[in-house]
Amino acid sequence: MKTGKLLLFFVAGGLFGSGLAVSGMTDPARVLGFLDVFGAWDPALLFVMAGAVAVYGLGMLAVRRFDSGSLKLPTAASSPIDRRLVIGAAIFGLGWGLGGFCPGPALANLGALRVEALLFVPAMAIGMRLAQRFFGADS
Amino acid sequence: MDHYTLLNPLIGGILIGLASLLATVLSGKIPGISGVFGRLLVPATPDPPSRRSGATGKTWRAVFLLGLIGGAALSFALWQSAALFRPMRPLGVMAIAGLLVGFGTRLGGGCTSGHGVCGVAMGAKDSVVATLIFIASAMVTVFIYNRVSL
Repeated sequence: MKTGKLLLFFVAGGLFGSGLAVSGMTDPARVLGFLDVFGAWDPALLFVMAGAVAVYGLGMLAVRRFDSGSLKLPTAASSPIDRRLVIGAAIFGLGWGLGGFCPGPALANLGALRVEALLFVPAMAIGMRLAQRFFGADS
Repeated sequence: MDHYTLLNPLIGGILIGLASLLATVLSGKIPGISGVFGRLLVPATPDPPSRRSGATGKTWRAVFLLGLIGGAALSFALWQSAALFRPMRPLGVMAIAGLLVGFGTRLGGGCTSGHGVCGVAMGAKDSVVATLIFIASAMVTVFIYNRVSL
């Protein structure tokens, strides 16, 4: 791949990591505050999702509208809603509620060498390998 | 931005949306973090010959995630509000949580970014269902954890 394109991937990653940090989503207390609906509920995560979904959704509409066919874009087609999806999402939610980390914020906290991330990320890699080994890499 | 207001999550969300959009256009794939990370752990599958950009497996994924870590590190250094980190769980719980997050995201085909942001924004039914399930599951988990550990 051309260096210029890789540089753009680095920029995209940088924007992503900065967005996670600026939004406060790298702070597990804030994420768990959103998930604690019966406690002192923190709406911040909802604002993050709203901002990201709006920009991505409108952006993809615009990109598709102006694409002359030179871009290869992912389809919006849904995969089947099967047992694998439902059980996988439920297990992910269990881990997310236990730790207050989802994959992005866990990786972002490697940028501060936080011990929670240094522990969580390798454990996450092991969990992924187990799923891939016994249930195959997903589509 | 040293003081956290609800503008922070809004601006952060917009940045995440822009980043995902850029990575989608560059890669032609949904750049969910669990998917990008997970595919670094298995042998690279070369793109079909129809795709000429030469965007093979691992390099862009590794660069994208290194950018993510770097962008976060820079933001932690620049803004106090971004650097705030309040650990809530013992390290043993964090390790178990990591295992479950890794296993669940690869089984369910995505996490908060791939399903929650990209999939939901495109109106993909599976992503909407997955997102509702993992948020509900996480809320129930927090509810129970807070009552058991009090």
